[in-house]
Amino acid sequence: MEVGFTHHQAAHCENGVASNLLKHNGFEISEPMIFGIGSGLFFVYIPFLKVNHAPAISYRPMPGTIFNKAAKRLGFKVKRIKFSNPKSAQQALDENLKNNIPTGLQVGVYGLTYFPDEYRFHFNAHNCVVYGKTETDYLVSDPVMESVTTLTHKDLEKVRFAKGAFAPKGQMYFPTSIPKQSDLPKAIIKGIKETCRDMLAPVPFVGVKGIRTVAKLVRKWPAKYGVKVANHYLAQIVRMQEEIGTGGGGFRYIFAAFLQESSAILNKPELKELSHEMTQIGDRWRDFAVEASRVYKNRSSKSDVYNLLADEMVKIADLEEAFFKKLKKAIA
Amino acid sequence: MKKEEVPQDEGNLSKNNVRELLYATDEQGNYTTALSKGWEPKSIALANAMDDISDRMEAAKAEIRAGNASPILYFMEAAKMDIGILASYVGIWKWRVKRHFKPSIFAKLSDNTLQKYADAFDIGIDQLKNFKAE
Repeated sequence: MEVGFTHHQAAHCENGVASNLLKHNGFEISEPMIFGIGSGLFFVYIPFLKVNHAPAISYRPMPGTIFNKAAKRLGFKVKRIKFSNPKSAQQALDENLKNNIPTGLQVGVYGLTYFPDEYRFHFNAHNCVVYGKTETDYLVSDPVMESVTTLTHKDLEKVRFAKGAFAPKGQMYFPTSIPKQSDLPKAIIKGIKETCRDMLAPVPFVGVKGIRTVAKLVRKWPAKYGVKVANHYLAQIVRMQEEIGTGGGGFRYIFAAFLQESSAILNKPELKELSHEMTQIGDRWRDFAVEASRVYKNRSSKSDVYNLLADEMVKIADLEEAFFKKLKKAIA
Repeated sequence: MKKEEVPQDEGNLSKNNVRELLYATDEQGNYTTALSKGWEPKSIALANAMDDISDRMEAAKAEIRAGNASPILYFMEAAKMDIGILASYVGIWKWRVKRHFKPSIFAKLSDNTLQKYADAFDIGIDQLKNFKAE
C-alpha cells in the first residue's frame, strides 16, 4: 500500500518533515517559514552532559519543538503518539497508511541504513515520513535525502525504538486539522520574538551568552585536557554546527531565508536588510569552522590557536547580540 | 553564502552519492537553494569522529589482551556507544554494565544476559563469547 506523497528535499529534517506534511495537506509553506515561526534558531551549551565523549552543544532547540510551536502559531493540530511496545507502534503506523495518512516519525540515526557510515551516530532526534509499505519494506521520505528511500520492516522498528538520550519510543505524528487560512504575519512575529528572547536570554548557557561561555571553555581546553581531547571537542562543535544542511552556518542561512520571506509578507524592508546581516553572520560561522578544521586536521599544538578561535566566537557573539537587539526593535 | 560559493568538495558524501540541500543567495542577494556534494571542514570533522572511534576500539582490544576488560567494551566502542547508551539498550543499570567489563564477571554471565548484549550490538552470542582481541 502506498499513499501519494510528494517528496521535497530540505536542509533540515524537522522543518522538512513539517513542511512536507503540511504541503501534502494542501497548506503551502516553505521550510524556512516553519523554521522561523517555530523559533528554530538557538544556541545552547549543556554543562555536565557529554555527547560522543565531548561537551553537548546545540545550535537548535529540543527535538519536536520547532514543529509544535509552528503548529500552535499557525493554528493546525498535530497528533503525537508514543508507544510502549514495537508491535502496537507498527499496527498504529499501518493503520495510518491504510487511511492514506503519510506519517511523521521520530527515529534514531544510528540504524538508518541509507545514511553514510559517518552520519550514523546515536542521535535520536531525526525525523522522516513513512508513506507506504510493501511486503518487505516501508517507503520512507527522509527530507535530507535527495529522493525517497526504503527501510526493511525490521530496520524501521529498530530506528523507532532506538535507545539513549531522546529515545523516540516509536513516536509518530501527523497533522489532524489544517486551517483554511492562518494569520501568517502574527505567527511570524511570535516566532521572531521568541528567537530574540532566547538568543538574548540572561542565562550563561543559552543564546549569545552561551556562545561566550563556550568561548571561555575553548581557551582552557588544550591546557586542561591535552591537545588530542581538545581537538576532539573542537571537531564536535563543528559537527554540531554542521549538522546536515546548515551550510556551515549553524542554521543561520535558513534563518536569513526566513527573514527575507517575512520581509515581503510583513512589508518590512528592514527585515531584508537584517536578512543580509544574518547571512554575513552565517559566513562568519563558516569561516570559524574552516579555521577550526585546520586546527584539528594539523593537530596543531599551540595554545594560542585556541585563543584565536575563542576570540572569533566572542566576535560572533557580539555581532549576534547587536543583530537580535535590532531585530527585536524591527518587529516591536 | 553565495550560490556559486556552495562547496562541492569530494569526500565521504560524494562517495555515497549523497547531496545536501543548502540555502544560499543568488546574484540579487535573494535566497534560493543549492545542492552540495560536501564540504572539507565537515568531512574532516566527520573523519575525526570516525578516527576517534577506531582509536577507542584499538584501546579496548589492548585492554582485553591485557586481561583488564571483557569483549563487551570492544563491541560497545565498535557500535559507537557509551555506557549510558549501552545500558539503555540492554536494559541493565549502568553500574552493572560497568561490572560486566571485568573479564572475571563477564565469564560468569548467563546466556540470557549475553544475548541482550549480542542483540544490542547486532552480533551473534558466539561472536561475543569467543572474541579474540587480535
